Amino acid sequence: MEKVIRLSTPLSEQDVVSLRAGDRVLLSGGLITARDAAHKRLAERIEKDEPLPTDLRGQVIYYVGPTPPKPGQVIGSAGPTTSYRLDPYTPALFAQGLRGTIGKGRRSPEVIEALKRYKAVYFGATGGAAALLSTCITAVEVIAYEDLGTEAMRWLTVKDFPLIVINDCLGNDLYEQGMAKYRR
Amino acid sequence: MLGQLIENTEIAHRQRVPICQDTGATVVLVELGQDAHVVGGDLGEAINRGVRRGYEEGYLRKSIVSHPLTRTNTGDNTPAMIHYEIVPGDRIRIVVAPKGGGSENMSAFRVLTPAEGETGVKEFIVDAVRQAGPNPCPPIVVGVGIGGTFEVCAWLAKKALLRPLGKLNDDREIARLERQLLAEVNNLGIGPAGLGGRITALAVHIEWYPCHITSLPVAVNLNCHAARHKEIIL
Repeated sequence: MEKVIRLSTPLSEQDVVSLRAGDRVLLSGGLITARDAAHKRLAERIEKDEPLPTDLRGQVIYYVGPTPPKPGQVIGSAGPTTSYRLDPYTPALFAQGLRGTIGKGRRSPEVIEALKRYKAVYFGATGGAAALLSTCITAVEVIAYEDLGTEAMRWLTVKDFPLIVINDCLGNDLYEQGMAKYRR
Repeated sequence: MLGQLIENTEIAHRQRVPICQDTGATVVLVELGQDAHVVGGDLGEAINRGVRRGYEEGYLRKSIVSHPLTRTNTGDNTPAMIHYEIVPGDRIRIVVAPKGGGSENMSAFRVLTPAEGETGVKEFIVDAVRQAGPNPCPPIVVGVGIGGTFEVCAWLAKKALLRPLGKLNDDREIARLERQLLAEVNNLGIGPAGLGGRITALAVHIEWYPCHITSLPVAVNLNCHAARHKEIIL
């Protein structure tokens, strides 16, 4: 039976180890946004042993490129982008202390293995529920790479951001479980 | 899941904000009547000016990079992906279809051999949807092109997505294929958001064209459930 769990960032190893694929989570606190271009820059810094623009320990990265806010809005529509594109960069970020990622779509075997090794979690946000998700974001601040526009690294303050655990740190995969149940 | 998506469209409608943050590459189909004459400037430039204005005034996301390798954002969502067709008459029909990357990136194309036949074609299409899995935000619309040469086949698959949802092909045999494929795709069990379920696709639309005696080209272009398009006839 799925449970609904309220969590706040930064996430501890304890927070993550108890999560199971299928758990519904309402996450509050802060999320770091980053996509392809930002991940490439982070990877280059890690490669050269240079400091990152922000401390990733305990943090959660949300793969999102929002639409521009309308007057009076904190942020535009902000649903998840497809995660597989960030797979090559992800294990190294877990090694830096990143505790979770939020996106949609499958992760690679390497990422799923890294979730186990580093005790991290992969959350799914509903793809296409971008207007709904933006209502859970109460503040936005650029952290780095402003030149990337929609792809800049931002700090999002969130309240009860609705998520589902896709991959837990034991290797369970909600997509596999779902397909197995309904496949004919 | 479906409840969240419905609530999302209600919020988007009330607040006039995008249902999805990926407001896409702007695909434009221009059916230019042979007797129509465009004056006063370059038609393509005018379309791009319209895109630039729409994406700015509509607070839509600027999602185009100027070069596939160096990847600097163009800042205004131009250029659009414009396709021109000459048709009879003196009107201009313009269809604008913002195409998000999530579904577009799951496209597939292969040239089968004639021997692989209908069985091979169906296998390729179902396999393309299976490999895409949760990535294109199911429930999806499956656009298929069969025949033509390489570029014609791909365009057929995209045009198939512009058809009213669920409308079957006029050709009875192709319509049969569309119905069978919808059932086979839904037997994959991928479901809404890929979390498992009986509805993976809302429709399969197939467009076809004559092709070379040695070829059986098949293209699959997917659309997510935000199948956004608008047309105007000038």
